[in-house]
Amino acid sequence: MILELLELLFNAGFWAATIRIACPLLMATLGELICERAGVLNLGIEGIMTIGALVGWTTVYLGGDLSTGILVAALVGASFGLLHALFSVYLGASQHVTGIGITLFASSIGYYSFRILLPSSTTPPKIVAFQTIEIPVLSDIPFLGIALFQHTTFTYFAFLMVPIVFWLMNKTPLGLAIKVAGENPMALEAQGLDVLFIRTIALMIGSALMALGGAYLTMSAFDAFYFGMVNGRGWIAIALVIFASWQPFRALLGAILFAAFDAFQVRAQQLAGAFIAYQFFLMLPYILSIVAMIFAAKSTHYPRALLIPFRRGERH
Amino acid sequence: MRLEAREQTPAWLPWIAIISSSLATLIFAAVLIIVAGASPIEGFYELFRGAFGSKNSIAETGATATPLIFTGLAAAVAFRARFWNIGAEGQLYIGALATTFFGTGLIQFAPFIMIPFLFLMGFIFGALALLPLVLLRQYLKVDEVVTTLLMNFVIILLVSYLLEGPWKDPYSLGWPQAAPIVDSGVLPQIIPRTRLHLGFAIAVSIAIVIWYVQTKTLFGFSTRAVGFNPSAAKHSGISVTKTMIGVAILSGGIAGLAGVSETAGLKGYLTLDLSPGFGYTGIAVAMLGNLHPIGVIFSAMFIAVIYVGADAMSRAIEVPTYLADVIVASTILTVLVSLVLIKYRIIFKGKF
Repeated sequence: MILELLELLFNAGFWAATIRIACPLLMATLGELICERAGVLNLGIEGIMTIGALVGWTTVYLGGDLSTGILVAALVGASFGLLHALFSVYLGASQHVTGIGITLFASSIGYYSFRILLPSSTTPPKIVAFQTIEIPVLSDIPFLGIALFQHTTFTYFAFLMVPIVFWLMNKTPLGLAIKVAGENPMALEAQGLDVLFIRTIALMIGSALMALGGAYLTMSAFDAFYFGMVNGRGWIAIALVIFASWQPFRALLGAILFAAFDAFQVRAQQLAGAFIAYQFFLMLPYILSIVAMIFAAKSTHYPRALLIPFRRGERH
Repeated sequence: MRLEAREQTPAWLPWIAIISSSLATLIFAAVLIIVAGASPIEGFYELFRGAFGSKNSIAETGATATPLIFTGLAAAVAFRARFWNIGAEGQLYIGALATTFFGTGLIQFAPFIMIPFLFLMGFIFGALALLPLVLLRQYLKVDEVVTTLLMNFVIILLVSYLLEGPWKDPYSLGWPQAAPIVDSGVLPQIIPRTRLHLGFAIAVSIAIVIWYVQTKTLFGFSTRAVGFNPSAAKHSGISVTKTMIGVAILSGGIAGLAGVSETAGLKGYLTLDLSPGFGYTGIAVAMLGNLHPIGVIFSAMFIAVIYVGADAMSRAIEVPTYLADVIVASTILTVLVSLVLIKYRIIFKGKF
């Protein structure tokens, strides 16, 4: 059995599954990373992913095309980011309570709207989701072709976000301003920039990415919306941000490692399901996240102004 | 726009703030009812009839408030010390597991010993579920928000395993549920032939005890000091770690009591749908009660009215039951705004 599990690592299908599982986590983690870099912990992530999954799917279900679905999900995500900013940035309310409130609000209003849209459906209706695109030439490479180059457009888009977020954070004035807002907001103020505005922008961009992570579930990984389908992925993304030390490429590494582990537990369940109950396999991703946080905690340098509301004229 | 700290808060302001935030929530709920194609006036009438209309509905509101008082206290106690325990949902289930382990035939006492014994076990195991996480926070700086949240998933999967496997009641006709609690462990009803049970009285008593502990004991003073300013507390000789451990034991333990009360009082046996998110709703209860133990009793009653009433309303005027969750979530947000406005005044001047 051990041998069969080791063989998985040389199985292209296993790595293709890993790539698919990593996508929603990757986008959500990048989104959270941008928010936290600006000094705001966004615990609304789980609810924003849920609402993103719902509106992306709904747009396509009601006749929009897939790219419109992505756009609508991003816009709705950004508006929940704005709502978060009104509470946590402009009013300076507790970021923890704001985030939990946004998560409960976004998911309950999502479920309420879904029930109004489809009052009594037992089997959730399906949409035509993103289809697999085989990249010419590259997809013919043995092993790597199947693992990396036979995915949906949304999957390639998700991975493209890593260099884009890296570029945004490290090569643009906005990225620099976001990082200073999270490290030393007084310095930003001294430069004549508006800390509250910069944090709001970061929350809106970050929340849009989270919503895309949710939309990936209903528009690429699956083709329908289910209750509770985000299933803690948002909380795992928060653990991954810490694991990644707020660096986009380390977030990619974390999401891939985590997804490989998740794909592994699914296969292990099939192999060892007769001896060990399936619930223990399902527990592993959550336990792994906690363990990863414990190991990352020692070397963690949180953005210095994380969780601290900025009030003009008050010194910290 | 900027915020300026108020030098003094007028006595009427908190009342206005609470009333206007409730009003804002009701207006928002009315909009959602209209969107669903129903009449809000009829809706609110059905809501109040559903929550207060008969002896049964009042008892039902009390029965729903019971777990919310426990989980609300669990959140309030922790948040007051700025310990962010978002894991009351998992700790509730740990309390329910303890009740099932000890209360389904393992040990038998007379009811007046058996019931306190089950509550004690629920408290101990709920506290033990949170203890490692507070130690991780204090000694290794592992953020407790994420660990408590993730543990909820782990614990619920553990419950699912036990209910489908070793703890499954062979007489349950295939349903994943545990064996019933022995008669001596079942909480008696407060109003006969309703679902209102002794757990409600215990919840209210615990709230009063917590209020006493917070206002009259050294531990209560340390909790507030640590929550207000940990480094200042440390300099004045308070052990932050010891206080945090105490807070976690209290918070996890009280959440465990919710599990005992639901298992031994309301249902009589453990199922996987024992809690429809009472742990998370407890956060709203704690916020609305301004993290005050007595406030928690009233806010739990208020949210129970919304849950029981909205449930009746959604059946009567045919809107989705998720409306109750929307109302509770928007209550958290509107109360949050009013809490800020009690402490600060907004000045619209200069650059936005």
